[in-house]
Amino acid sequence: MNLLGKLDWNAIPLHEPIIMGATGFMVLVVVVVLGFVTAKGAWLYLWREWLTSVDHKRIGAMYCILALVMMLRGFSDAIMIRAQQALAAGGAQGYLPPEHFNQIFSAHGTIMILFMAMPFVVGLMNFAVPLQLGVRDVAFPTLNSVSFWLTASGALLVNISLAVGEFSKATWWGYPPLSEMQYSPGVGVDYYLWSLQISGIGTLLAGINFVTTILKLRAPGMSYMRMPVFCWTALAANLLIVAAFPVLTATLAMLALDRYLGFHFFTLGGQGNQMLYSNLFWVWGHPEVYILILPAFGVFSEVMATFSGKPLFGYRSMVAATMTICILSFLVWLHHFFTMGASANVNGFFGVMSMIIALPTGAKVFNWLFTMYGGRVRLSVPVLWSIGFMVTFVIGGMTGVLMAVPPADFQLHNSVFLVAHFHNVAIGGVVFGVMAGYNYWFPKAFGFKLDERWGKASFWCWLVGFYVAFMPLYVLGLMGMTRRMQHYDNLSWQPWLIAAAFGTAIILVGVVCQVVQLVVSIRNREELSDVTGDPWNGRTLEWATASPPPAWNFAFQPKVAGLDAFWSSKYRAQATKDEPTPTCKYEPVEMPKNSATGFVTAFFAVVIGFALIWHIWWLASVGVFGAFLTLLAFSFRRHNEIEVPAEEIARFVRSHQAGVAA
Amino acid sequence: MNIAVAIDQIPQDALPNASEAGPAPKRIVVAYGFWIFLLSDIIMFAALFASYAVLVRSTAGGPTGAQLFNQTTVAIETVCLLVSSYTCGLMSLATNSRRYLRTYLGALITFALGVTFLSLEIREFSSMISIGAAPQRSAFLSAFFTLVGCHGLHVALGLIWLIVMMVQVAVFGFAARVEHRLLCFSLFWHALDIVWVGVFTVVYLMGVSS
Repeated sequence: MNLLGKLDWNAIPLHEPIIMGATGFMVLVVVVVLGFVTAKGAWLYLWREWLTSVDHKRIGAMYCILALVMMLRGFSDAIMIRAQQALAAGGAQGYLPPEHFNQIFSAHGTIMILFMAMPFVVGLMNFAVPLQLGVRDVAFPTLNSVSFWLTASGALLVNISLAVGEFSKATWWGYPPLSEMQYSPGVGVDYYLWSLQISGIGTLLAGINFVTTILKLRAPGMSYMRMPVFCWTALAANLLIVAAFPVLTATLAMLALDRYLGFHFFTLGGQGNQMLYSNLFWVWGHPEVYILILPAFGVFSEVMATFSGKPLFGYRSMVAATMTICILSFLVWLHHFFTMGASANVNGFFGVMSMIIALPTGAKVFNWLFTMYGGRVRLSVPVLWSIGFMVTFVIGGMTGVLMAVPPADFQLHNSVFLVAHFHNVAIGGVVFGVMAGYNYWFPKAFGFKLDERWGKASFWCWLVGFYVAFMPLYVLGLMGMTRRMQHYDNLSWQPWLIAAAFGTAIILVGVVCQVVQLVVSIRNREELSDVTGDPWNGRTLEWATASPPPAWNFAFQPKVAGLDAFWSSKYRAQATKDEPTPTCKYEPVEMPKNSATGFVTAFFAVVIGFALIWHIWWLASVGVFGAFLTLLAFSFRRHNEIEVPAEEIARFVRSHQAGVAA
Repeated sequence: MNIAVAIDQIPQDALPNASEAGPAPKRIVVAYGFWIFLLSDIIMFAALFASYAVLVRSTAGGPTGAQLFNQTTVAIETVCLLVSSYTCGLMSLATNSRRYLRTYLGALITFALGVTFLSLEIREFSSMISIGAAPQRSAFLSAFFTLVGCHGLHVALGLIWLIVMMVQVAVFGFAARVEHRLLCFSLFWHALDIVWVGVFTVVYLMGVSS
């Protein structure tokens, strides 16, 4: 018996200079970060204040950091894809061999959707939802930490695949039979399977946590129709997580059984059914895109209302549209494979349903426009992202409706027209949304604003770069270019692909501007600091507390009497010249205690995942046992709460008020 | 563990509009969150049921359900599981009235019935595998073993959970969080029963009738 399963020195691709270069760079970054932390003597601080934190704000921030890091990784893949396709025309083969190119586009999709967009969206919800609801934390704070660390584990496994072994070559949706053992005998698909499975379970737990939080923990007086729209969109997204992610878990488990134990769910032999996988995958996959876009819609709603200085236009229709999309998103999955061979009636139904989703979405766009109309719009960075979104997303939505027509889809299926369409909505919708949210809530999280000039530069590069990179793909799709081509013979495509590569370079400048923006802002944090806690003249409860908020969020439980709770209380206070200092006494607050459970469980999850990928069965058992013991230890902990004394809260409020007065 | 206790804890003036009452008490939050988890778990089973329904005729020339299923075993399994739900209910009642002995007794019987169910299921599986009807034989058998096995795995995890809970009752007594967890356990156990009713109907009854 081999103690290390399939793992040996051949797993490290020493003969591949590009992979080894990337690995070396990654290792270098990790070493520099670890060295920096050690030099600053910050390990204990990091462990106590961040790694074991169960504070939803810290966890939210860590999700966003994970997303930003993974965005750099996924974006490097994008640059490589565009460079390869710009070069590999006619006789030229480019610089990427097919097996490497296949790994890159698979990794790009997997990372961007599951380890960039997902963590970013979940991170923003983590940070903002409890604050907007006026409560102290989520329903299950330790579970929240487990969720985050499981997501991070999945991301870690994807990154390990770069250095040890390979990543999947079977695209980010891993269709069988290509992803079966017969055609993908390597460990790539296993990396894909276990990183998705582990992070998927983390996301599912986060979904359960947030549905419970939003439905059961809201400030007194906050009825459903007084919740900020971001909370509504978060509710819809998390309901979708709860309803869709279990399907992904089951589907990946079936594929894993096929690969590991020779089952016949999706194999060519044993009467397996490949289209079953496609159906199951997209029953998860289509709601997944709404899990990403709905919270982005929520961010735009908050940003538009705040920076127009007006209440959101059509709050009720916004809520109705959100929940309509939430339900309809489960009725359109088949449009991902109209070419499957289902009857015309089936295709017709799913085509019509797909088009109907455009209606509530269109209603939302009009609501945002009417919110701006007649308002005093401040063209700050979050607003720029929002306006850029409205223009770009509408174009992407229209090409989507076009492809929802089954006969048209038969022509466009698997072409780069489709690639252009979903990047149009994913970048123009989700990325612009999380960027708006990042710039909007950053001062709340850290007490200083992000630099406006670099933020605007980044936005313009992204916007222009997006159009230059993806409009050519629409043209190429109509010219008949299929997706995922490592090499092509049709030389008339090349100018368009060079233009697309040029667009990617412009986006690269935008990404660099973002990094610079962060660095410059941290350096100038004194000038950019905001002591009031309300830098944008906000409307919702998160702006009612200090920036960054204390662990307990609010010194007093806020009471809500209507929509835009903070706005109305702010102006009532001004009108009646009320002293903002409350007369009632501070009371001690019970807060959840830090816990290493999330971090340790995730450590064992990585062990389990890695062991299963390489068939090291004893190590997988050790991992399972370790995770079990960790959860057991947590369940036997006697005190899960810690009391914050009233004096500490009073002291914090006094120093905050002194800061505001000065 | 009855609902009335929880309602008493809410101030009376907040009752007219529940959605404006402010954060719910811990017990409600825990049970509610667990309900959501159960829903998600049932959706996972729904995916497995759907796959089974798609693959049930894909026997690849191998044995069909009608040839394999032994109705007597399945009937005994069903009785075990349904009765264990009843004894689990008795355990909940004993927990409510803070009676240790009855709680342990209820748990013990529930555990014994669960073990009986599992051993019958394992025997059924191994006898099928021994005659060549292993999950590797056909897509139908893959789907069968996965669906029924996933339910069995849940039962096994439930049994481990029950042991842990009894140790916690012994260590912590009927502390609030132990009570919350026992409530969640009983919800879990009843949900497994509901899933089994689905398995019994879709897999065994329909499998034998056709």
